[in-house]
Amino acid sequence: MNTTPDPDNFNPRKEGFRCGLEIHQQILTEKKLFCHCPAGIYSEDYDAQVLRHMRPTLSELGEYDGTALMEFKTHKEIIYRINKKLTCTYEMDDNPPFLINQQAVDIAIEIALLLKCSIVGELHVIRKQYLDGSIPAGFQRTAIIGVNGWIPYKDKKISIIQLALEEDACREISDVGHRRIYATDRLAMPLIEVVTGPDMLDPQEAYEVGVQLGRLLRTTGKIRRGIGSVRQDVNVSVNGGTRIEIKGVPQLPLIPDLVFYEAFRQYSLLNLRDKLAERGINKENLQTARFDLSGKLENSALADLPDDENKVSALLIKEMSGLFAHRLGSNRNFADDVRGRIRVIACLEHYPFMLHTDDQSETTISGTDKDILKSVTGMTDNDLVVVVWGPPGDVETALNEVEIRVREAIEIIPNETRQRQPSGETDFERILPGADRMYPDTDSPPLPISRERVDKIRGQMPVLPWVKEAEYKELDLPNHLAWMLAISSRRTIFDRLVSDNKVEPVLAAVVLLEQLKNFSRLGGNLDIISDDCLDELFSAYKKGAFVKEGFRMLIEECALTGNTDWVNLAEKLNIRRVKKEEINKIISESIDTAREELFCKPENLPKVVIGIVMDKLRGSVSGKELIELIQHELNE
Amino acid sequence: MENNDNKGYRGAALSILNKFDVSVWNDVEIETTDGVFSGIVLPRSETADDRHIVLKLITGYNIGIEVDTIQGFTSYGSKEAHYKIPEKEFPYDPIKPNVVLLGTGGTIASRLDYRTGAVIPAFSPGELYGAVPELADVCNLKTIKLYGVFSENITPEHWAGTAKAIKREVENGAQGIVIGHGTDTMHYTAAALSFMIRQTPVPIVMVGSQRSSDRPSSDAALNLINATWTAGYSDIAEVLVCMFGPTSDEYALLHRGTRVRKMHSSYRSTFRTIGDTPVARLANGEIHMIKNDLRKRCPKTPLEIDTVFDDRIAIVYYYPNMKPDIIDSLVDNGYKGIVIAGTGLGHVNKPLYPSLKRAIKEGVHIYMTVETLWGYVQMYVYDTGRDIMELGVVPGANMLPEVAYVKLGWVLGHTHDREKVAEMMLTPYAGEITEREAVDGYLIMQGGLPEMEKFLKEVHV
Ligand SMILES: [Zn+2]
Repeated sequence: MNTTPDPDNFNPRKEGFRCGLEIHQQILTEKKLFCHCPAGIYSEDYDAQVLRHMRPTLSELGEYDGTALMEFKTHKEIIYRINKKLTCTYEMDDNPPFLINQQAVDIAIEIALLLKCSIVGELHVIRKQYLDGSIPAGFQRTAIIGVNGWIPYKDKKISIIQLALEEDACREISDVGHRRIYATDRLAMPLIEVVTGPDMLDPQEAYEVGVQLGRLLRTTGKIRRGIGSVRQDVNVSVNGGTRIEIKGVPQLPLIPDLVFYEAFRQYSLLNLRDKLAERGINKENLQTARFDLSGKLENSALADLPDDENKVSALLIKEMSGLFAHRLGSNRNFADDVRGRIRVIACLEHYPFMLHTDDQSETTISGTDKDILKSVTGMTDNDLVVVVWGPPGDVETALNEVEIRVREAIEIIPNETRQRQPSGETDFERILPGADRMYPDTDSPPLPISRERVDKIRGQMPVLPWVKEAEYKELDLPNHLAWMLAISSRRTIFDRLVSDNKVEPVLAAVVLLEQLKNFSRLGGNLDIISDDCLDELFSAYKKGAFVKEGFRMLIEECALTGNTDWVNLAEKLNIRRVKKEEINKIISESIDTAREELFCKPENLPKVVIGIVMDKLRGSVSGKELIELIQHELNE
Repeated sequence: MENNDNKGYRGAALSILNKFDVSVWNDVEIETTDGVFSGIVLPRSETADDRHIVLKLITGYNIGIEVDTIQGFTSYGSKEAHYKIPEKEFPYDPIKPNVVLLGTGGTIASRLDYRTGAVIPAFSPGELYGAVPELADVCNLKTIKLYGVFSENITPEHWAGTAKAIKREVENGAQGIVIGHGTDTMHYTAAALSFMIRQTPVPIVMVGSQRSSDRPSSDAALNLINATWTAGYSDIAEVLVCMFGPTSDEYALLHRGTRVRKMHSSYRSTFRTIGDTPVARLANGEIHMIKNDLRKRCPKTPLEIDTVFDDRIAIVYYYPNMKPDIIDSLVDNGYKGIVIAGTGLGHVNKPLYPSLKRAIKEGVHIYMTVETLWGYVQMYVYDTGRDIMELGVVPGANMLPEVAYVKLGWVLGHTHDREKVAEMMLTPYAGEITEREAVDGYLIMQGGLPEMEKFLKEVHV
């Protein structure tokens, strides 16, 4: 008898873990991809609502053999909320597309080149079908810009399968029962999709490659930042498993846990398959039966249901006892996977909407109910009963799905997309759309991409972050500064300051990264800190207008006042650089003052002198330097 | 064989395919100065340039490779696929009405060749059942493909042919007729059938789609379901157009064939009744009548057709500074009838008068309609109108310009006698002229008004 796997003892690498990333990153354009609505503006205020149903098209019917149609028959109403300033008739599929946004094409080419992709000679817009309603047309317009690229990671290359330019989908507002509501503000905003090969061999690698790609994208300065501007789809498989896609991971640090638990889930589902085989359960001899239990159970979840609209049904599954409790994660079991699936497909909404006899917790099936179940269904200790309730049609769909899912467990890990749960694990999202869901967009002409256009973009490309980072380490920048600076928008001015103005690299990096961060934290408006303005700052320093320590004070003062006349500010702050002779003169005068006017005791003398000198020279000389000079003078 | 002729390729692209002995549907690896691309060579659109080869990648995407960058091909055999619509037998149910669907060329239901994007129409009952299985819940369906033309290529011969086919099918026991038609000129055909079919015992319902059925958001299936329902069950024995009411998937509107017009180039809710209310609203097998003055279904009524037509007719859309040679050239070219869409209440400029006078003298029948679409021609209000009438131009009441055009051709098919023509033109045969305009006949709401903003937000538009 094989034992149920335990996530604490699970080693993904050992089980043939493979993971690939699809990064969806919005790019910085003024307008949307196929219409002239503004991009990048979000609002849940709406002026109108449109209702649609998504209907499976013919080929999908063939492919799913009714599952898609079943999903359609459960009849999800999709409501789109339209803000008339942000969405036009194009997004609502009531107008054909306008020509593709050329600014977006240029940005996508630039990123594809950075990823060392081969750029296509002609861009073909393709429709990729989605039946979930997230795009009113039922398909997303998308086009390949480049293929076959790579990025370095440790001592290997991570392959980039392709880079596509595509339109973003709606934002889901709610999904309850048969009604899903979407906001359309984000819809059709341009984004790029970068697809890596399944080259990451453990969860940490998946995270680190994600970081690496994110840094490359940021280098361009042409991507959107902020919440929702980037989403990762992560695909995972283990030996013997299936390629499962976890959709829409909002932050990279979530990836390691998600992919770990998904790998474990697949591993454990294979174990469940073996257990079913050990019990002699196969697709041919699986025995099930259905029973109407409306009004027969005492369970509190059922007590408040209006009888005329709802039905309670049970599915008896022979020889299945214990297997719904089969562990699939840190806190999930097979029943959770089944429940997730019927929630989506059967649209059940009266939580928890599914009970089963493997559940030992007291909130579920009570002793009396169990007796009723036994007498109605004839279940034995080897059997399992699943109870489902809701509108009759949905209950029927739900029981079908439970049965389909159990049959799948006998043979395969079903192809599906999964969504992240707050626990760090995943739940069923949708059945994976078929491979046949791509077809040419007959509304858009092919767009030739001339080699001149590509070469021009290549000529203005930023240097790759890892190349730049290595360069900065050569300049003896501390690791964290080299890492930050390599993707900073200030790196061009940094390079110029260091090479042309001969500024010390560490000083330039500290000012550009850390002190300017402080500047914004104090409420300063970074728009006034242009590259020219920074040039002036450093040349003032070079000309002796202030001492090294003055940068911090100048920048703080500028944040508060908005004044960028550095020389003037330096004088006001009294941080001008003072000549050595003058310092020495002030020190000896101060010693005299302390001795003769303040009658200082010798043991207090250094402290008092430092006080007097600091009052006069604060900001112009570093404290450390002053103390040394004073000690020296006193010792004489 | 289709796969050996390198479909759509010409010039430089064709030469390079020939040079490397590669053809459409070959699974290839192309070496280029930009790297290597692998995929299947697809046919190319004939209107596209001759500088690129189209490849379908394994991921399902298509890309183009510029001919000049190509250094070599490696071929791995051929992968042509033929797509067929899955055909299932359309179930027969003796208690359901028998409906006949006549196809004229617009694709209401179709599926795609996923590689080329070519649309394969679904038309036989079996194909339609595969595409829209709900149809079997509505009726027993028979389909006949009359024509295969885009709707801009429809001619009066097609109108007459369709009318004859309808007669034949109704006499053979059809309890309702549905006509699949491209939407662009559907309202012309609807008007023509309204005149050519003098009386019908059963509903005759025109239908089309604004979004082809290869998309999940298509209006085709719902339109087809609503049209077959109307044909099978409704009590209206006239020519109707059945299309989306709002852009939302909520209900269909039935429009009278002589008062309907396509009003938006791309919206789903493009068909609107002009100068009146629609006939009815329909959803989920429930009909709510809005107008009750239409002829009722009556199995005993024989279907009568009258398909004569004189196509020497034209519409002239008036614009300021129109020159008289526009009218002259029509007359010189043997046109026998002109419908003018005039400004305002039905006016044209003075320089046209001599030409109009000459045209009428030479036997041309000229009828005035309004380019405002809504409202009546009223030529007594201004001197201009009276002057134009004096020339012999006849005011066409509130007939829509396109409807007046179709009607004039039909009337001239019967007679060229000036008085007879006028009598027929001004007699309403199928609701094309209404005696009065009700207050809800003219509704073009404007955005930005508080009451409309409220409506937009609360009702699914
Ligand atoms: Zn738009």
